[in-house]
Amino acid sequence: MGVGIKVEHLNAFYGKTQALFDVNITVQANHATALIGPSGCGKSTFIRCLNRMHETIPEARVEGAVHIGDLSVYNGTSATQLRRRVGMVFQKPNPFPTMSIYDNVAAGLKLNGFRKRKQLDEVVEQSLNASALWDEVKDNLHKKSGASLSGGQQQRLCIARALAVQPEVLLMDEPCSALDPISTGKIEELIFQLKEQYTIVIVTHNMQQAARVAEFTGFFLLGKMIEFDKTEKIFTKPSDKRTEDYVTGRFG
Amino acid sequence: MSEMNGKSAAAVIPEVALPPISLRRRVLDHAMTGVAVLTVLIVLVPLFAIFAYLVYKGIGSLNLAFLTQTPKPVGEPGGGMANAIVGSMVILGIASLLGVPLGIGAGIFLSEYGRNRYGDTVRFVSDVLNGVPSIVIGIVAYGLVVMRQKHFSALAGGVALAIMMVPTIARTTEQMLLLVPQATREAAYGLGVSRWRTTLSITLRTATSGVITGVMLAFARVAGETAPLLFTAFGNQFWNWKSDQPTAALSLQIFTYAISPFDEWHRQAWAGALVLIVLIVGAVAAVRIAVRHGTLSGAS
Repeated sequence: MGVGIKVEHLNAFYGKTQALFDVNITVQANHATALIGPSGCGKSTFIRCLNRMHETIPEARVEGAVHIGDLSVYNGTSATQLRRRVGMVFQKPNPFPTMSIYDNVAAGLKLNGFRKRKQLDEVVEQSLNASALWDEVKDNLHKKSGASLSGGQQQRLCIARALAVQPEVLLMDEPCSALDPISTGKIEELIFQLKEQYTIVIVTHNMQQAARVAEFTGFFLLGKMIEFDKTEKIFTKPSDKRTEDYVTGRFG
Repeated sequence: MSEMNGKSAAAVIPEVALPPISLRRRVLDHAMTGVAVLTVLIVLVPLFAIFAYLVYKGIGSLNLAFLTQTPKPVGEPGGGMANAIVGSMVILGIASLLGVPLGIGAGIFLSEYGRNRYGDTVRFVSDVLNGVPSIVIGIVAYGLVVMRQKHFSALAGGVALAIMMVPTIARTTEQMLLLVPQATREAAYGLGVSRWRTTLSITLRTATSGVITGVMLAFARVAGETAPLLFTAFGNQFWNWKSDQPTAALSLQIFTYAISPFDEWHRQAWAGALVLIVLIVGAVAAVRIAVRHGTLSGAS
């Protein structure tokens, strides 16, 4: 089951440059939350703060508090421990190029020391089913490399890989930006189904996509969270003028 | 969104009339292609010439006895370099056992943890070490191993060659690991895999074929080295199965035989050189095939 996320007074920096300014947000469990905003506004930085991926960049640092379920992300939780519960799907599909399809999906479990073959088989099949890729790859699980799949398939493989470690939260950083409309449609359908079991936070440049998949939407501008509300409200009756300008396409 | 900005966004790029492709350019194009082909030939010709000449000079003395017997005393015909062939394998085995893990480890450090001043120092030192004459490395191994053991030995020879392998392997490993996209590492971090696990099971594994190329380069380079073995492995006319005793090596045997005044020994030196080069090519090819066999279809 998914868990909620609570972010309080989050500030993020790259060296001396501040990328996020005092972001506060509460994400509901088992819902999809979309983050929109122009390029460079801090959306990606923000979700990378949720699983402590931000700090893997040299000189990057974070201030403030993030709670995911009962975990205090920046206080007493190790990054690896946290990331096993918070899965991530990246902008560009990034399967492990030298691993088979099976090993790609099993990687999270195997590399964390899980070795029970039979259960692994099951998890791999279920994860690939959940990401709607099973039928396309079931005959080549061990024969083909993850890198041999098409872009859309690779992204679904990456989703399966993230699901295999059974996270509670799934972070998606523009998961469809490199995909064609058919693959995008498949992944959006997937997000719809995954909501039942996971809390999803998705960064997107596509406002229709936000409207289609997310119950809640947050609008970022220049590192600040301008408005956060029900998706419907953001797109029909936003309370901030800047949000209205953005969603109606007056700038951006 | 362009219409929102009020004005049409259709960019006004002035039309430019490109001149037709001149005869000069076409000639130059072909000339450059010719130069490229020529340079490849210049590189390849010596390689094949050396190999052909070795076969021509060496094949006559190459027989079963050469591969199975130890050297005969001066004047007696026949005999072979079996002990030197095995000795070379032992010395190279020791060198690889010591040098490959150390080199790869240093490469991992340089790429994953060494993007700082300490790493720069290691990089500089390793490049300098790469340029140190091999005989000096031999003296170092003499001081480190031979003086202590009070013996010339295969171990000392292996240490000398290992020291020579480390910088090459470290620098190529570093370069190959740096080619692995950050996104691949992030994918593993995102699954809750720790940094050291990611480095070993993801980054190093993704770069395997490149790392192995570096290892084979280093191996091939030291396999023919003679100078560092002169006062470490020392050479031996007889069989020796102990790693703490003077050990024969092909390169040493070739050296001894080549500078001797005997025609028979000269012929055997040619045969020895041929065997050495075949062994090196064989070892490199075997590793390549083994790696390719383990690679999946479509893997990059």
